[in-house]
Amino acid sequence: MSTATTAGLGLLACPSCGLVSRPPHTGGHGACGRCGAALHARKPYSIRRTWAFLIAAALLYIPANVMPVMYSSSLFGSQEDTILSGVAYLWSSGSWPLAVVVFVASITVPLLKIIALTVLVVSVQRRSKRWAHERTLLYRVLELIGRWSMLDIYVVTVLVALVHLQALATIQAGPGAVAFGAVVVLTMLASMSFDPRLIWDSFDDPHG
Amino acid sequence: MAEPPTGTEPADLPEAVATPPHRWAPSIVWLVPIVAAAIGAWLAVHALLERGPEITITFKSAEGIEAGKTKIKYKSVDVGQVTTISFSKDRASVLVRAEMRKDADDFLRTDTQFWVVRPRIAGGYVSGLSTLLGGTYIGMDVGKSTESAREFKGLEVPPVVTLGVPGRQFVLRGKDLGSLDLGAPVYFRRIEVGRVVAFHLDKDGRGVTVRVFIDAPYDQYVNYYTRFWQASGIDLALGANGIQVQTQSLVSVLIGGLAFETLPDAPVSSPADADASFELFPSRAAALAPSTAGAHTFVLYFDESVRGLEQGAPVDFRGVNIGEVQEIGIELDRKTKTVRIPVLVRLYAERLQRRELKGTVKLDELERREVIDAMVARGMRAQLRTGSLITGQLYVSLDFFPEASPARIDWTTEPPSIPTVPGTLTNLESSLESILRKLDKVPFEELSDDLRRALNQTETALKATEHLMQRLDTEVTPEAKDALIEAKRAMAAAEKVLASNSPLQEDARRALDDISRAAKSLRVLTDYLERHPEALIRGKPEEKTP
Repeated sequence: MSTATTAGLGLLACPSCGLVSRPPHTGGHGACGRCGAALHARKPYSIRRTWAFLIAAALLYIPANVMPVMYSSSLFGSQEDTILSGVAYLWSSGSWPLAVVVFVASITVPLLKIIALTVLVVSVQRRSKRWAHERTLLYRVLELIGRWSMLDIYVVTVLVALVHLQALATIQAGPGAVAFGAVVVLTMLASMSFDPRLIWDSFDDPHG
Repeated sequence: MAEPPTGTEPADLPEAVATPPHRWAPSIVWLVPIVAAAIGAWLAVHALLERGPEITITFKSAEGIEAGKTKIKYKSVDVGQVTTISFSKDRASVLVRAEMRKDADDFLRTDTQFWVVRPRIAGGYVSGLSTLLGGTYIGMDVGKSTESAREFKGLEVPPVVTLGVPGRQFVLRGKDLGSLDLGAPVYFRRIEVGRVVAFHLDKDGRGVTVRVFIDAPYDQYVNYYTRFWQASGIDLALGANGIQVQTQSLVSVLIGGLAFETLPDAPVSSPADADASFELFPSRAAALAPSTAGAHTFVLYFDESVRGLEQGAPVDFRGVNIGEVQEIGIELDRKTKTVRIPVLVRLYAERLQRRELKGTVKLDELERREVIDAMVARGMRAQLRTGSLITGQLYVSLDFFPEASPARIDWTTEPPSIPTVPGTLTNLESSLESILRKLDKVPFEELSDDLRRALNQTETALKATEHLMQRLDTEVTPEAKDALIEAKRAMAAAEKVLASNSPLQEDARRALDDISRAAKSLRVLTDYLERHPEALIRGKPEEKTP
């Protein structure tokens, strides 16, 4: 492959202003001479960080789904709901579209994000050259949908704030909501830590 | 320094500004999953620690119970939650698995009770209304046993009295349940003091057993002389004092209830033990009726019709009820080829011995026989009497008939037989019969001939009398009238003559005057003659004029 990349040329591109510079002759980390942003050939410790966030997200994904996200107590008794029980309730009460939306946004998306990032990281570590285009596309999709996966937390937050009628009805966020929020944040951090350029690095590898 | 530039890049590229290396070690990022793992582990451990014992309750039906929703409550506090509902192996019942709170371990005793709380109206109370809004839940009552258990049999109806409430349970046996229901009130002097907690049909189907719970301060009023009765409805009695209406509260009229009272003349007694058994009477009158204890069965053989005698008819002794008719039969005496009617009666000895019971003496069997023997020797006999001439109801009366033929009780037969005398109705019938027989002997035909003849004679006599009367009327009466007129006239004349101013009277008076004057001159003459007797010869000399 005779493609020219900044990394291939031994140069550094500024992520903020796009200025291409030579690495400092003293070695070590450099900063953009124009805008001052930190310059790296690749995101530092990308794989390691992504792994760390991924593992944390995967761990917290379990309590997020098992623990109740919402305690609601009303005249009719108190109730605690997990995400799945909410979906089940929506489904059984006939609100299938809503059930599907909540299920996709709250259960499938975080799970798929974790799986997809794992696939990306593993493939990068194995210096795989297959499906490079598709993997890049996958990464872009991840970035796109990541911001929508806080839907549940948003709903719970709004309900907690609004439904506070003391004797009549009270809604409180459960530990599951915290875990779920953490999962979403961690997956976003993981996808941020991942450097998609690594996917293509194997092509520049003379041994690859 | 990286690999040398490969020639295509402009040589005047700016060089990046060197920055000091990060103070953070890159491996610090691993703290994130470690923290996450720690949180996850803590949550897991917490959940495991929070996890209480799991129990299984068997119900007949899972109506209203929802897995994951239905709570188990003890004194309205959540102590557990139903996790799964499944069927028993034979599908006859429902197994409800529930996870209890961690500290609920102490509650799970072998006699802990579970029941499904649903809205219900029983015993005049509405309960479980909150379940209308909040859904059903499983109620729980903690047992007293020291053994712990994990499998329970759920009650189909909630217990009326929860354990630990002070008071005592008693067992009542009655003929039927009346209108009682679980939770029906029990009254003592019209105060509600307890509830019906259970009832069931006796195994032989001959009666019902009712369990009642009497609350603590009131249970001491239940002693062995206490009588329970059905206070349901209205007890209307028409007596010599007018109409008497006996009711407990309106609630008991509507839903039934029980009442108890101690016999008014009962001796002082210690409170009854818990679970003591009592008879349940159908009414207050029956309950407070004299004791039926110490019943002795006797047989009475009657040779007359017992039509009108019924089971339960009273046996009285000079108007005091001392027993009742138990059974009426008919039997053939093979030896004498006669049919007689045995009437089994129960005599309540205690009523006979009441006064003595109040003291200390209680007759034993032998003494009792002696007493009865003596009474029979004195002429005590059983007799059928008519209780009501209209309905023809009979009752058995024990009374003394000194003129009755001597008899004695054979105590070897079972039951012993008390001799009888024919009843009053039979006497009445026989005397009526004899009267009729005498009437039959009267020669009515001859009597009627004579009567007719006598009547004819009477008729002619009457006619003659009439004729005589007519003659009297036509012939005698005018003459009598004339005679009367004459007599009247004569009377008037006589009256005229006798009147004071009549001439006759006048003349008579004058004559009388003359007579008296004559008498006077006669006296003068005689006086003169006395003094001058010569004057009779010489005559009277001339009077010298002064």
